[in-house]
Amino acid sequence: MKSNPVMPGPYAALPKGKRKSGQELRYGLLFASPVLIGYLLFVLFPIVASIYLSFTTYSVGTLPKWIGTANYQTLFSGADPFFYPAVTATFYYVFVSVPLGIVISFFMAVLLNQKIKGRAFFRGVFYLPVIIPLAASSMVWMWLLQPDFGIVNYVLELLHLPTSQWLGDTTSVVPTLILFSFWTLGNTIVIFLAGLQGIPAHLYDAIEIDGGGRFHKLFYITIPMSSSIIFFNTVIAFINGFQAFVQPSVMTQGGPNNKSLFYVLYLFNEGFKSSRMGSASAISVLLFLVIALFTAVIFFFSKSFVYYEGKGGKS
Amino acid sequence: MKRQSLMMKGLVYVVLVIGSLFCLFPIFWMVRTSLITMGDLYQIPPALIPKSLSWDNFKAALEAYPFARFFMNSTIITVLAVVGVLFSSSVCAYSFSRIEWKGRDKVFGFILTGLMIPFFVVMIPQYVFWNALHLTDTFAPLVAPAWFGGGVFNIFLLRQFFFSIPRELDEAAKVDGAGHFRIYGQIILPLAKQAMIVIGLLTFLANWNDYLGPLAFITSEKNYTLMQGLTLFQGSYSAQWNLMMAATTVIVIPSLIVFLIAQKHFIEGIAMTGIKG
Repeated sequence: MKSNPVMPGPYAALPKGKRKSGQELRYGLLFASPVLIGYLLFVLFPIVASIYLSFTTYSVGTLPKWIGTANYQTLFSGADPFFYPAVTATFYYVFVSVPLGIVISFFMAVLLNQKIKGRAFFRGVFYLPVIIPLAASSMVWMWLLQPDFGIVNYVLELLHLPTSQWLGDTTSVVPTLILFSFWTLGNTIVIFLAGLQGIPAHLYDAIEIDGGGRFHKLFYITIPMSSSIIFFNTVIAFINGFQAFVQPSVMTQGGPNNKSLFYVLYLFNEGFKSSRMGSASAISVLLFLVIALFTAVIFFFSKSFVYYEGKGGKS
Repeated sequence: MKRQSLMMKGLVYVVLVIGSLFCLFPIFWMVRTSLITMGDLYQIPPALIPKSLSWDNFKAALEAYPFARFFMNSTIITVLAVVGVLFSSSVCAYSFSRIEWKGRDKVFGFILTGLMIPFFVVMIPQYVFWNALHLTDTFAPLVAPAWFGGGVFNIFLLRQFFFSIPRELDEAAKVDGAGHFRIYGQIILPLAKQAMIVIGLLTFLANWNDYLGPLAFITSEKNYTLMQGLTLFQGSYSAQWNLMMAATTVIVIPSLIVFLIAQKHFIEGIAMTGIKG
């Protein structure tokens, strides 16, 4: 934009475009200021502080004392008796519950995507557990699975099936938490269903003309066309799985024998119960690295997955 | 061929019904247990629906702890958070979609990195921060983030939504002498009602159901939220499952009501947001 050299007024010396863009910059920053300040205060500063604190020994009310990598050494050497049990429990939980959960929810979404009556009803029912506070549903499941008086063991006994101590036994506690995780798959089911409804019908027609059946449709159209949405939800489920906190916190407090001491529960205990915030920060930095890795995978692949137009059909 | 497809359809329904029972039974059992007496609790065989039902558990549960107080605290936190998120995320999304400022998209890309930062990573420094301000054990740590951006994800969603609103509307308003405040308030916001409802609902649930936040920041009983109240209860009534389930039912009801009223928005919102976990 060219400025008019004879234009009067205090801004005459500035080109018109610059004046405008300066004003837009001010407005832009003003409107964005909440998140700019919030990002500094609640994200950037805490991350930097976490990294710093992870090299110190610190509890609230004292000054952080620099100890180099001692916190990390304590963790990795096994001198901290909880670190490896926590990592083991978390990996066990995440690497079993996520793949199974994805398969189950995709399967349910495929069923819901058939020409059936009451789809909206089923979808609502599957989603219902998601909105219930996790602390509350943890409580309910503890009662269902109560070894002596719980209804589940009662029914199993009635059917002459083996009962279980569920949350009370070192070998069954993590499988029980995995089972519980299937109760809240509604979110993923709804997302998958929306994706499935976005697949153009003419693709299925084409298979039918070629004489393909149900399974051809599933393996040559439904699954390939959903690959990106499956991938994203898998990665997100991993990221969420690493942060499973409420269930062990309410149901088991990490027990029995630390078998359900999930990583973030261990992190919370270290920071808030034992007041070792330096060591807790080291634990959180490691979590940050793992999650950053998964996030990087998403960002890397999101460029190659261009097909992402499933807008969510209505039904 | 015809018969086979009919059988297939039957099978689909069978699986869906089993799935539904799996989802619904725990909720039914919660309500059922909340209505029975201590005597019926350990009765063998347990009746699906006991003969005598009573509301006494609710009375006992609500009197055991200041649940009214916890309810108030949860309500205050949730309302402040919802209002904060709706305001600040829409204002920010407006800046990142409707105002042309230098470096805008780079800054937005940078802020997007905050999307995946787990609360657990920032929790301890945030605690130190609020403690230095003597604001731990208040609602401030739970509510403030809502007013400062209200979550990168919400900004991202609204920004996408704002992009779909025709720019001509802004231009026309500008010709009439409207500034950014008026365009935001009188054109963009009214048109984004649908997206705002979805964000409001998700924010309500996230805050009402939040367990970790209060656990980290709130220490004295008078400031407890309902979720903390529930764990208090667990500590002292661990064997009285009928009382426990009564307390749990009370806590679940608000979420349940909101869901039943706004089910359509939830489902569409989840489908729209797509990647939210």
